[in-house]
Amino acid sequence: MENLISIFVRSIFIDNMIFAYFLGMCSYLAVSRTVKTSIGLGVAVIFVLGITVPVNYLINKYLLVPGALAWLSPSLADVDLSFLSFIIFIAVIASMVQLVEMVIEKFAPVLYTSLGIFLPLIAVNCAILGGSLFMQEREYANVAEATSFGLGSGVGWFLAIVGIAAIREKIRYSQIPGPLKGLGITFIITGLMGLAFMSFMGIKL
Amino acid sequence: MSNSKDSLFSAKNIKLLTTPLGKENPITVQVLGICSALAVTVKMQPAFVMAISVMAVLAIGNVIISLLRKTIAPRIRIIVQLVVIASLVILVDQVLKAFVYDISKQLSVFVGLIITNCILMGRFEAFAMSNKAWPSFLDGIGNAAGYGLILIIVAFFRELLGSGTVWGYEVIPQFMYDIGYKNNGLMILPPMALIVIGIIIWIQRSRNKELIEK
Repeated sequence: MENLISIFVRSIFIDNMIFAYFLGMCSYLAVSRTVKTSIGLGVAVIFVLGITVPVNYLINKYLLVPGALAWLSPSLADVDLSFLSFIIFIAVIASMVQLVEMVIEKFAPVLYTSLGIFLPLIAVNCAILGGSLFMQEREYANVAEATSFGLGSGVGWFLAIVGIAAIREKIRYSQIPGPLKGLGITFIITGLMGLAFMSFMGIKL
Repeated sequence: MSNSKDSLFSAKNIKLLTTPLGKENPITVQVLGICSALAVTVKMQPAFVMAISVMAVLAIGNVIISLLRKTIAPRIRIIVQLVVIASLVILVDQVLKAFVYDISKQLSVFVGLIITNCILMGRFEAFAMSNKAWPSFLDGIGNAAGYGLILIIVAFFRELLGSGTVWGYEVIPQFMYDIGYKNNGLMILPPMALIVIGIIIWIQRSRNKELIEK
């Protein structure tokens, strides 16, 4: 249990998707104009990461890694399908997003209207695929660890986008040099926020 | 759409190749493909390999999509595009693992993340779906070059100031260290990539006034 919490906290603060790996920057820059929309996108990312990382973990463990097919028959023990992981992960993500969209539309129409256009956008968000690829690279021991990593990364991404959106709402009233307006200043603020988040780095968990 | 009488390197086609380097730069103006761009810019070599990989995927992918554009049903086009990209990225990944294993280890997950690089989807949607194969090819090369240019500029400054090397070679002479010069460790850390790009955008926009956001 302690291990799970430590992975969770680690992936929120220390291995933050945006500040440490720059994943999901495109939608981070495009959708962070107001706090309200950024909360919508952030929640959708937590949701989708929390689902796709464990699903891809199971697929990776029981289908893709070298020798993973041994549970089917001993003769398949030396089959290595890991080169297929990109295409399988992205297919899982795209179909999961579709599925999640349909389920939410059916059972939680209010949530559906508030997440609205963001769900389909998420299929091509680097943070989602990045989550699955990091999960594969770091070789988590079981599904629970992978899930807590997925959820933690989602929460980290949520914090980052809501933070930058709040700053961008305020900064509209400041006098920024013309050429730096908009994109330029957003990059620099993100950099500074990243520096602030680096102060968590020394924490041993 | 380009006229079929156009020669292969007409002025119009050359323009496709050169505007993404400056005015239409995918990173600093169109804001595409930042996701995987920044993490690979600590050193110049990985940045260069990344730029070449993106160029291969984007140019070939643009040609494939442009050849298929009349047969793809609009409703399923995103899936088709993803499959094309993912297959090309698998090829690139395998080639990198075979020939430059060390660099492919350094790039780690970022080769895979070319799949969700917004430049690819952005160019497929904006250009390849409505243009012929040859202009699409040039558009792919041009945009990937614009992406690579920024990557290499950022990597140059981060490597020079952060590690005192360029392309892996020592360029800061030893006596500089002897009199107390120190490499700036901050440049190696991730946040500095963002700040360097912010400064590049600043410089570019103060030279091209029409790019300034209102």
